[in-house]
Amino acid sequence: MLYREAGQFKATYAEDMAIFPIRQDRIALAVLLGIAFIGVPLLASFRIWPFRTDYLLWAILLPFLILALAAVGTNILVGYCGQISLGSGAFMAIGAYSAYKLATGVHIPLAWLGFAIAIPPLPVLASILLGGLMAACAGILFGIPSLRIKGLYLAVATLAAQFFFDWAFLRLPWFTNYAPSGSVNAPELDFFGMIVRTPVERYLLCLLFVTVMAVLAKNLVRGNLGRQWMAIRDMDIAAELIGIRPLYAKLTAFAVSSFIIGVAGALWAFVYLGSWEPLAFSIDRSLELLFMVIIGGLGSIMGSFIGAAFILIMPIMLNVIPTELGLPLSTQTITHLQFIIFGSLICYLLIKEPHGFARLISIGKEKLRLWPFPY
Amino acid sequence: MIALGQFLEVLIGGLMSGVLYSLVALGFVLIFKASGVFNYAQGAMVLLAGLALVRALDLLVANGLPLWVAVVLAIGFAAVIMAATAWLIERFVIGPLVNQDGLTLFMSTIGVTFVIEGAAEMIFGSDVYPLRLFPTDAWFLFEGLFPGGILVNKLDVWGALIAGVLVAGLAVFFQRTKTGRALRAVADDHLAAHSVGIPISWIWFVVWLVAGLVALVAATVWGTKLGVQFSITFLALKALPVLIIGGLTSIPGAIVGGLIVGAGEKLAEVYLGPSIGGGIEYWFAYVLALAVLMLRPQGLFGERIIERV
Repeated sequence: MLYREAGQFKATYAEDMAIFPIRQDRIALAVLLGIAFIGVPLLASFRIWPFRTDYLLWAILLPFLILALAAVGTNILVGYCGQISLGSGAFMAIGAYSAYKLATGVHIPLAWLGFAIAIPPLPVLASILLGGLMAACAGILFGIPSLRIKGLYLAVATLAAQFFFDWAFLRLPWFTNYAPSGSVNAPELDFFGMIVRTPVERYLLCLLFVTVMAVLAKNLVRGNLGRQWMAIRDMDIAAELIGIRPLYAKLTAFAVSSFIIGVAGALWAFVYLGSWEPLAFSIDRSLELLFMVIIGGLGSIMGSFIGAAFILIMPIMLNVIPTELGLPLSTQTITHLQFIIFGSLICYLLIKEPHGFARLISIGKEKLRLWPFPY
Repeated sequence: MIALGQFLEVLIGGLMSGVLYSLVALGFVLIFKASGVFNYAQGAMVLLAGLALVRALDLLVANGLPLWVAVVLAIGFAAVIMAATAWLIERFVIGPLVNQDGLTLFMSTIGVTFVIEGAAEMIFGSDVYPLRLFPTDAWFLFEGLFPGGILVNKLDVWGALIAGVLVAGLAVFFQRTKTGRALRAVADDHLAAHSVGIPISWIWFVVWLVAGLVALVAATVWGTKLGVQFSITFLALKALPVLIIGGLTSIPGAIVGGLIVGAGEKLAEVYLGPSIGGGIEYWFAYVLALAVLMLRPQGLFGERIIERV
């Protein structure tokens, strides 16, 4: 009843091809953005429920936004272009460490040539974006094997990236500016004179990044490039026959996806963590991102957000429920139970809906459209 | 001659630890061959088998049974646990997911990994449990030939022997028995096998069972080497490059791949490591696998991947 497009006529081709052709979708999105950009900061600055403390903002919304951005990047590669990657964590790390190096100044001594390359410290915004660019370059490099191999073989190849960069950031002291403990601190977040410090400011900063990049990603995947990616995903040989260059399509997918993941990594390090070690971007992070896109829905930007929310919030719920119910369990048992329930839920979701939450939502929309008739 | 002696020592040490990687990789190959599932849970299965074994053994020995009876009973108990796990996985995860694409199946085995890790640690405890099934002292070989001789760990020799017996046993099972033939048929084309009357779900149960028993064997050796502990699950990740190098579908490939990875990473660590910061064992196997993938995508022994349109 509410979700019916009858009477919404599209008079031009541009209207037909609009990013959200259905009015209800546009309204829902506008409301959502309104809440996110105005409602949440207002509530949080006046400390109205549920923002009495910074917990919701710090522990849930901020990581949700950043991981959702990384999940969008992963989804472009895995969901749209069909190239399985277990190296997303490494690309996040590249984004984070490149941004760190650029923000603190790069000095590469070339002793045998008799001079050194020195770049002065860059502004934070430029560092974050250039960090993404470095991740994109690494993505292209590690995407080259995808031209010869695919599927799970490629997944193992991307594991090489994961382990190599884990090692590099841990063992090569140049990346951490020779910090003795191996952990590094983010520079002050100075955006054109405005210094981002409080949780609300950090939240707004991330929200801005996520919104811009999600819109860009959404537009990319419905344009020429996105269609090339999907053609490659659905059947690479057929795509090649109709004139799509696999080299170009696959490497652009790697580049765009790694760029977004790299920016997310830089945000994760600078805005959320503040100080971090290579452990923050381990293989577990890669698997987590892959879960997000599969649970959320492969090939759906919105799905990435839902998946990120689900994977992030479920462990918190599993943590809270036993204490709320007052069950007499030791913390160790709770951790183990969490593992079991999390694993079972993943298997259950994969069996019941292999296409993820995005498919559930589109089924729901279809039902709403036909309501009250079954078909 | 000192350099040669050291080289041989590193090489043999590497080859021996490579055999242990092969033991884990074998479980992967079996399941991938028969059901096309890339089984991330193999490492967790090693952990489960090891924990079941060591806990049962400790309990039985504490109750005053003679050691050999306790060992036999504990191994039997662990085997039963692995059988139950295999049945549960087939019944509740792999069975319902039949005909899904590889990525979904792969992710579901990661889900299974979480469940097994959680359950194993909840039931059997989560400390480090030492396991003493094989001697772990060192041997010195060729003392006449090289000054100081070559140091070889007895456990590694045991591991190699066990791996040899296991591969021979698997070869006989696959080539000579009726179930083995059915397994190969299912591996080749499960729809065709189904239509000639091979019970698919039974075959998949058998495959997961065999993989579970291979995990048990791997657990006895790794458990003696490191103690049964959570970090054993990371072996699964070490086994992946072994598979890629050897080929995902080849049992001899898993062995040769393990040997190459084991020897390669030890040699690289000793001879290249000091010049670039050390710890390259951590990623060397993966980069080696990447190089093999570029040259020979199907691995050294894998069947050629032919795509029909």
